[in-house]
Amino acid sequence: MSAHAEAHVVDHHDDHGHHHKETFVTKYIFSQDHKMISKQYLITGLFMGIIGIAMSILFRLQLAWPEEPFTVLEIFLGKWAEGGVMDPSVYLALVTIHGTIMVFFVLTAGLSGTFSNLLIPLQIGARDMASGFLNMISYWLFFLSSVIMVFSLFVEAGPASAGWTIYPPLSALPQAIPGSGAGMTLWLVSMAIFIASSLLGSLNYIVTVLNLRTKGMSMTRLPLTIWAFFVTAIIGVVSFPVLLSAALMLIMDRSFGTSFFLSDIYIAGEVLHNQGGSPVLFEHLFWFLGHPEVYIVLLPALGITSEVIATNARKPIFGYRAMVASILAIAFLSTIVWGHHMFISGMNPFLGSVFTFTTLLIAIPSAVKAFNYITTLWKGNLQLNPAMLFSIALVSTFITGGLTGIILGDSALDINVHDTYFVVAHFHLVMGISALYGLFAGVYHWFPKMFESRMMNKNLGYVHFWVTAVGAYGVFFPMHFIGMAGLPRRYYNNTNFPYFDDLTDVNVVITIFAIITSAAQLVFLYNFIHSMFYGKKGPQNPWKSNTLEWTAPIKHIHGNWDGPIPHVHRWAYDYSKLNMDESDYVIPGQDYAPQHLPLQENEEEMHH
Amino acid sequence: MTAFLVVLVIILFGVAVMQMSRIFKMSRQQSNTSEIANDKDNNTHGWLMLAFVLFIYALCIYSFYEWGDVMLPRSASEHGVEIDQLWLISMIIIFVVGIITQWLLHYFAFKYRGEKSQKATFYADNDRLEFIWTIIPVIVLAGLIIYGLFTWTDIMNIDTDDDPLVVELYAYQFDWRARYGGEDNTLGEANVRLIEGINQLGVDASDPYAQDDVIVNELHLPKGRKILFKMRSQDVLHSAYMPHFRAQMNCVPGMITQFSFTPTLTTEEMRATDEMRDKVQKINKIRTENNIALAAAGEEQLEMYEFDYLLLCNKICGNSHYNMQMKIIVEDEEDFNAWMKEQQTLATVLKQ
Repeated sequence: MSAHAEAHVVDHHDDHGHHHKETFVTKYIFSQDHKMISKQYLITGLFMGIIGIAMSILFRLQLAWPEEPFTVLEIFLGKWAEGGVMDPSVYLALVTIHGTIMVFFVLTAGLSGTFSNLLIPLQIGARDMASGFLNMISYWLFFLSSVIMVFSLFVEAGPASAGWTIYPPLSALPQAIPGSGAGMTLWLVSMAIFIASSLLGSLNYIVTVLNLRTKGMSMTRLPLTIWAFFVTAIIGVVSFPVLLSAALMLIMDRSFGTSFFLSDIYIAGEVLHNQGGSPVLFEHLFWFLGHPEVYIVLLPALGITSEVIATNARKPIFGYRAMVASILAIAFLSTIVWGHHMFISGMNPFLGSVFTFTTLLIAIPSAVKAFNYITTLWKGNLQLNPAMLFSIALVSTFITGGLTGIILGDSALDINVHDTYFVVAHFHLVMGISALYGLFAGVYHWFPKMFESRMMNKNLGYVHFWVTAVGAYGVFFPMHFIGMAGLPRRYYNNTNFPYFDDLTDVNVVITIFAIITSAAQLVFLYNFIHSMFYGKKGPQNPWKSNTLEWTAPIKHIHGNWDGPIPHVHRWAYDYSKLNMDESDYVIPGQDYAPQHLPLQENEEEMHH
Repeated sequence: MTAFLVVLVIILFGVAVMQMSRIFKMSRQQSNTSEIANDKDNNTHGWLMLAFVLFIYALCIYSFYEWGDVMLPRSASEHGVEIDQLWLISMIIIFVVGIITQWLLHYFAFKYRGEKSQKATFYADNDRLEFIWTIIPVIVLAGLIIYGLFTWTDIMNIDTDDDPLVVELYAYQFDWRARYGGEDNTLGEANVRLIEGINQLGVDASDPYAQDDVIVNELHLPKGRKILFKMRSQDVLHSAYMPHFRAQMNCVPGMITQFSFTPTLTTEEMRATDEMRDKVQKINKIRTENNIALAAAGEEQLEMYEFDYLLLCNKICGNSHYNMQMKIIVEDEEDFNAWMKEQQTLATVLKQ
């Protein structure tokens, strides 16, 4: 390893001086530089996030004030909201695209794509990704898939509206729902391209982490961010191809008359020829990706949190090895729990028992992680920057959402709350909100690295945080109650029959919180755009962090370091480490010892 | 096109705001505060963290106080009581764990809020602590898993020795039908390819078992007798959800799925329970209020509500998914038999 890395370092360094001149196109558009690509991912992700969140506000209006006319609905939905009253078909389209955009485009590409790209080379001490070219292709495929997804909103019969899980036969038959026509085709094409993008990105991340670590950066010295990105990429490589296969088979069922997922169907007055397929097969294939996807979304957020909490607590992350072990355990278990989405799908009840067992097992590494975060705060010297607040809140929503997972993972209990709002509340807290907090923590923390030392305004950050934190619980805590009342999800209207009439005021509360919370995101957006150009410049290492990215020069250069790549002599978490006679920190007067700092005199060597 | 214009206007508006703020910024003197949290920030937000955990508790208490009554009433089926018991135990556990961990998390965030003079403790590892908080979840979860699996197996492994009443639940966009086995309690063969005219469920008219089948659009169930449901779907996935009986199973085209339960409370008995009376009263109060508004607008009045069990569709199945439901009536065995006698058998219906 080290010989190879050194050779690489040397020759890369040599040709650094006579670098070709960059044009606008190679620098900002078809850039192969990981820092620029990460910004492209972030901005595309945020843009998609605006669409996704705006959609949620539109359908929340309908849920709180069913069939009440709103001008805003007519403005955005046009012919699907004549007179300002939302049409049932567009309601389903909105929830479908909201789910798709938030899960894949914002929390997979926007979160993992941004920070894997930014941090992997910088934190392991590499000049760039293993293949800058593939990395560029990966981003542009993501961009293309985003464009297609957004374009699908404008087709005649409406976008895909079979739910983000696109279960056939509903998604296969345009006779069943109008959105399953051209809208669904575009959805599938967009996702197929997205998967290709994700695979190219993931392979690149894996190769980079394995091969391009600087001298001294052993796997056990990697910051937890890198561990999280690395393992996330592995899960992606294992599970995304399965979704691609499901999508291809669905395309064939839709367009070429095959019967992978269709059998015995009578619709619109005629019997279809399809025979022998099974929708349950699709559910298996979908959730074989779908569940690991939860961890693809969550692990990078947890990695970011680990780094931000340790840095701002001025303490090493508690139980580094246990944290790595739990990431690995979660990754392994995540691929064998998919069946808990299917307890009542009609699959053999014995399988349900197996999946209950594996599902509740995954609670163990998750619990270890939560406890370790709490212990990291204990006796720290917490610097409550916005990134730190978001990280603490992430642990909070991760606990709350994770605990209700114990209920849903239990097959017997799942029978009665499956597909109700209880599930919606659960997964929004545990993966939606938690991962978004991870994204925000990452943006606030690494903004100075991305935008050449410009910092985001902290007071706007605080406003953004507190409104979001209160609002997120305000939206999703009451939602558990309407789930426990037995209200099915994806109902356009809960008052069509009287039984759920008493849930209307809960829905109003939820919608009001949702509107306030999304308004707070405008504060973030303003802060982000404004700080990009006019943010105050901070020091090179504003958070006094140990990791290598802060040793790189403020000005972005291709190759990251203008001199030789720093070598690593310690792990990333020597915060507040005292010298041997405990008279002062390892470096007197400085409570952190960066990774490139050699072992000092009068310093005890740890295992790292 | 309008949508596109609106988006464009919003973007331009954003640009305008940015430019204005830029002018605003330039006209103001740059202040020298840094964007890194100082002791004052740490203090403020430390306290707010403490306030936040209290907010979570308060929200929790308020929700229970205000909306505790929207939850499902007691179970109307035998196995539902087991599920409710397991639910209660799991809820108690997660509430205890949740309350403690949230407190520790936010309290530490408050207690150890940073100060210049303060030093953090270098504390990287403790195998014993790690072991303790690995083993405790292992034990608790093992208990829950075993309890849960026994309950699950009891519910799902259907024993047909005690002669359950066989009922087919037939789902299609966007309604339900129920088919009873009739005298012989055996359902006739059926396939979507046999759907024709009045034979809406595609029952094989030549099958001797099918002759006495009874097809209805209001599900009647006898109290105290085990019911074996056979679910079928005609077009897309549906899910037969009977929340009051803690019962749910997907209806899958091309496949027959099943679920079984024993109803224990008749519709009348459920209507007479305190929680249901309160709920119905609350709903009717809301409906009365709505009626005042409707009367003012000169629109049709809402009927007053009386409780009935419901079979809901709980798997997205198309535009009218939200309104795909069937009434369930649970009655005493004699009433059920009397009702059944009035129904026409399939043979008679097809002859007409």
